[in-house]
Amino acid sequence: MATMQTLLDDTALAPPPAENAAWRRFRRHKLAMAGAVTIILLFLGSFFGPYLLPFDDTRIDVMHRFAWPLSGAHWLGTDELGRDILARLMMGGRISLSIGFMAMVIAVVAGTTIGTVAGYYGGIIGSLLMRFVDAVLCFPTIFLLLALAALVEPSLVSMTLLVAATAWMNVARIVEGQIRSLREQDYAVAAKAMGASDWRVMLRSLLPNAMAAIVVAATLNVAKAILLESYVSFLGYGIQPPVASWGNMLNNAQIYLTSAPWLAILPGLAITLAVTSFNFVGDGLRDALDPRMDIR
Amino acid sequence: MGRYLLQRLGQCLLLLALVSMIGFAILHLAPGGPLSQFALSSQMSQEDLDRITRQLGLDRPLPAQYLDWLWRMLRGDWGLSFRDGAPVSAVIGSHLRATFELMAVSTVIAIGLGCWIGILGATRRYSLFDTLATIGAMVALSIPTFWFGLIAIYLFSVQLGWLPAGNRQTIGDGSPLDLLHHLIAPALVLALVETAIWARFMRSAMLEVIGQDYIRTARAKGLPERQVLRGHATRNALLPMITLAGLQFPTLLGGALVTETVFTWPGMGRLFLDSIEYRDYPVVMGILMFSAVMVLLGSLLADMLYAVADPRIRMG
Repeated sequence: MATMQTLLDDTALAPPPAENAAWRRFRRHKLAMAGAVTIILLFLGSFFGPYLLPFDDTRIDVMHRFAWPLSGAHWLGTDELGRDILARLMMGGRISLSIGFMAMVIAVVAGTTIGTVAGYYGGIIGSLLMRFVDAVLCFPTIFLLLALAALVEPSLVSMTLLVAATAWMNVARIVEGQIRSLREQDYAVAAKAMGASDWRVMLRSLLPNAMAAIVVAATLNVAKAILLESYVSFLGYGIQPPVASWGNMLNNAQIYLTSAPWLAILPGLAITLAVTSFNFVGDGLRDALDPRMDIR
Repeated sequence: MGRYLLQRLGQCLLLLALVSMIGFAILHLAPGGPLSQFALSSQMSQEDLDRITRQLGLDRPLPAQYLDWLWRMLRGDWGLSFRDGAPVSAVIGSHLRATFELMAVSTVIAIGLGCWIGILGATRRYSLFDTLATIGAMVALSIPTFWFGLIAIYLFSVQLGWLPAGNRQTIGDGSPLDLLHHLIAPALVLALVETAIWARFMRSAMLEVIGQDYIRTARAKGLPERQVLRGHATRNALLPMITLAGLQFPTLLGGALVTETVFTWPGMGRLFLDSIEYRDYPVVMGILMFSAVMVLLGSLLADMLYAVADPRIRMG
């Protein structure tokens, strides 16, 4: 009787909305949920936290250098110039998260454009574009990034562009693969047969169906971009002090490793936390958006 | 087999050409371009610069310059270091050994440990070990290598005093034992990310093989599970790992650069950073091109080995 009722109820007959199914699968992924919450907290902390703190991130206080965490007014201690670590972590978070996010946007737009064109047209254009992608991938990312970073004036904008320039290739590869297989699908062929222009087929028929893969790649790209920025800033060619980034806070930490280990431990924890969170969210999104990949 | 190899070789040559064009473009992006060595010197007048430009052929069209540069690179004439005037190829050559030592030891650790974790995780899927290993691998992939190095130095050198905090050997010493003592920490730090990648790939390769028909057949004919896993599954799952070794090479090189910085390891990565510091562009370009070519050859070699090991590849 109950089943009869459900069957008659026409909402039960309609296929469940795709977004809800995906959201349900994502919510089941505990680590991805934890990652998402962590990311939100990191963003809130970085962008609103500094207004709540009595300390400025660049204020030098020689009377309170090297204060241990939890030892006084400074919750996470102070650095070699007496600057508040928590304030610097928050301001550094703004820089690191912004670069991670903006570099991802640029890398995804560039990678998607190149991947779509290469996958749709194929042939000589396609293989030339993809061989170019392969060629850039031959250079170890950090080597390429450092060589380029040494050539330009370091700033927020240049760092974002450089990180994007070394991170778009995997997006291009993923999108090209997707578009190449989607191109043969009936609906794409039908759209083409009905006289739709190439651009229309790409934008209206193909890209929306490749979106799941792009979203996953984009999330993982944020993680990668945050890591890359931290490498370059740690090595001294990224964001320049006194502006804080999670990477450049570790710049001098090695010198004070014996006497002030928290200078090294805290910023590294922040990077690891952020990158792990984005990686877990990416993993969760992959499971949620593409159930076929569940086999793995 | 021959056809596959030829095809792969042709692809490799095309990539090499593209790689060299990217390298050439970056060289011309440098302030002052290939002339930066002279442009930065204050004793040079504009006339001198113009004369050198003509002598080096820099006033010729770019394609001609590119071919010229490529020809010199191919002959091993990579220019002279700004720092001491030594040939770039010799400077790089003298730092290779330390880097390869580090990478080889790390790779051995990573492959051994990673494959073991991956196989165990796949055969006991969703067990506590598998769950912890999967989470652990993801965290390991998210840890910045340089930070992990700092933490290792803090724990094992500063706090415990077990391991040296850097360098390849104690000055005046250099016995195998001393070298090994210095190698442990950087090799383990570099191996962290690699181990995680190997474990993840091994796990999914193993899961794929376990799902195959021939594994069911082996079980059905009554072979002990141990023998099925060791003899049939593992051996087949290890095959695609050959390509991973090639694919992993760029990450390994990049990781080595960072590890060498933290542990003041006198290898190619350290040299690269020092050269950037000194604006020694010929060495920077030399290392950039050298590493790209190594990556290219590494993947070619891995593909060839794979084709030798797995007949399905060269037939299909």
